[in-house]
Amino acid sequence: MENNKKKKVVVPIGPYHPLLEEPEFFALYCDGETVVDVEWQAGYNHRGIEKLSESKHWDQVPFLVERICGICSTSHPFAYCNAVEDLLGIKVPERAKYIRSIIGELERLHSHLLWVGLAGHFLGYNTVFMWAWKYREPVLDMFEIITGNRNHYAMFKIGGVRRNIENEDIPALRKVLSELKGQIEMLTGAVLDDPVLAARLKGVGVLTKEHIKNFGAVGPVARASGVDIDIRRDDPYSAYPLVEWKVITTENGDVFDKAVVRLLECFESMKIISQCLDAIEGKPGDICAEVREVPEGEGTGRHEAPRGECFHYIRSDGANSPVRHKIRAPSYTNIPTFKASCIGQTISDVAIILAGVDPCYCCTERVAVYDAEKKKKMYDFNYLVEKSREKTELLKKEI
Amino acid sequence: MRDTTVLLKEKLGDKVKEVKVHNNRRIYITVDRKDIKECARIIFKDLDARYIIATGIENFDNFEILYHFGLDKDGVIVALRVYLDKEKPEVESLVDIVPGISYIEREMWELLGINFTGHPDMKHFLLRDDWGKGNYPLRKGNNGE
Repeated sequence: MENNKKKKVVVPIGPYHPLLEEPEFFALYCDGETVVDVEWQAGYNHRGIEKLSESKHWDQVPFLVERICGICSTSHPFAYCNAVEDLLGIKVPERAKYIRSIIGELERLHSHLLWVGLAGHFLGYNTVFMWAWKYREPVLDMFEIITGNRNHYAMFKIGGVRRNIENEDIPALRKVLSELKGQIEMLTGAVLDDPVLAARLKGVGVLTKEHIKNFGAVGPVARASGVDIDIRRDDPYSAYPLVEWKVITTENGDVFDKAVVRLLECFESMKIISQCLDAIEGKPGDICAEVREVPEGEGTGRHEAPRGECFHYIRSDGANSPVRHKIRAPSYTNIPTFKASCIGQTISDVAIILAGVDPCYCCTERVAVYDAEKKKKMYDFNYLVEKSREKTELLKKEI
Repeated sequence: MRDTTVLLKEKLGDKVKEVKVHNNRRIYITVDRKDIKECARIIFKDLDARYIIATGIENFDNFEILYHFGLDKDGVIVALRVYLDKEKPEVESLVDIVPGISYIEREMWELLGINFTGHPDMKHFLLRDDWGKGNYPLRKGNNGE
């Protein structure tokens, strides 16, 4: 970019990317290398799920909402079932509670590992990418053992779960889990002790508590800024109040802390899963309460998805399908924080800041820089990743 | 543990028109349309609640908005409910108080046709810029034909 202060260059990010479940568009307004404003435009893949839901039977909706997200596909059915159960005021059988939590936490594990891998990739640490995705594979295998699918598990049903976890599958799950623990410990050590990564991520894309409050950000993004919220603890549901675990928070609010929160959360997830397995092993029980009809009323349900609180509101008029079904995914409130975290940062850091919130690593693959005056395409995604990596290399030499 | 229902009634005073306590973690409070800004300020600022989202609903004879706020220390969700006129649904924007609410107000504006007065940047968010006027996809009669 030319060094002309009067000229603001617009950097469009997005909207489409084959990996991402939610294509979005970001316009970065830049002055030289510095980002001065960000604008967000969504709706490129708006499928009208809230409207569609009004035409589905209560029992069909979990399959519909499962397809909102390809990575954390159990978050939405989890929150939806919580919402309907809130309306009904029914109790889920204990075994089903444990199975639900196992699925929820396995999902957190694979989602966080996926993030760590991609974050490494953007910074030019492809070894991290290879490790993280390699260690993610056994988690997906565990899903296949339990549910029959690597993704879109279709485990949730109003009143409980659709499939049991068989006793003979439990030893295999434990084995994968114990191997995974060592692997993630190694990965965590390698990532957090690396001086270059620290130099690259510390103090970058900082979000303060006030930013979190104003935008309503949730999940690891909020917890990395010292905002101690976690739906699993604050509004206990499923088996979370029945097992021992703790909420991870850090204080700095930069990308490094977001990585710390996610990596440490993996260990908490493994703790939860192994306690849940202990609780169900050899103890048969019902996995679903009977639900005949949904009466008139309204219900709110939420689930702490890997990216934060997933919120569902449903209203029934006593018929076969919801009259209104409101869905709020965590990214809806996490993404606007870019308005705070990107401003004043350099373009080479934007890729990782966008990635830091988690939904957007994939968007960056469609980055293009246009000279606003000449209307000419200047840089593409590869250039930005290259720049990001150059900075890492530079730091490597300095440290 | 503090009783949030009592606390909310005390803080909101005579602005409360109706309270529905679904269970001890879900409270729905109906307020008048003209009081919504003040009530939201009390809950968001004074009680330090977290903004979750707002739900716009089309009913048979009116429109309805639920503003969901989370009191995370108590694990409670408070929903402020306002009813709007069916012919001319209009309510004050809460952007001054809750900056993050801007996007959902834009969404309700384009999908349901609810007008938010005082919104600084009202333009299409999910729908394309040249989307037909008066075509509100989330309204009950609209089946996308």
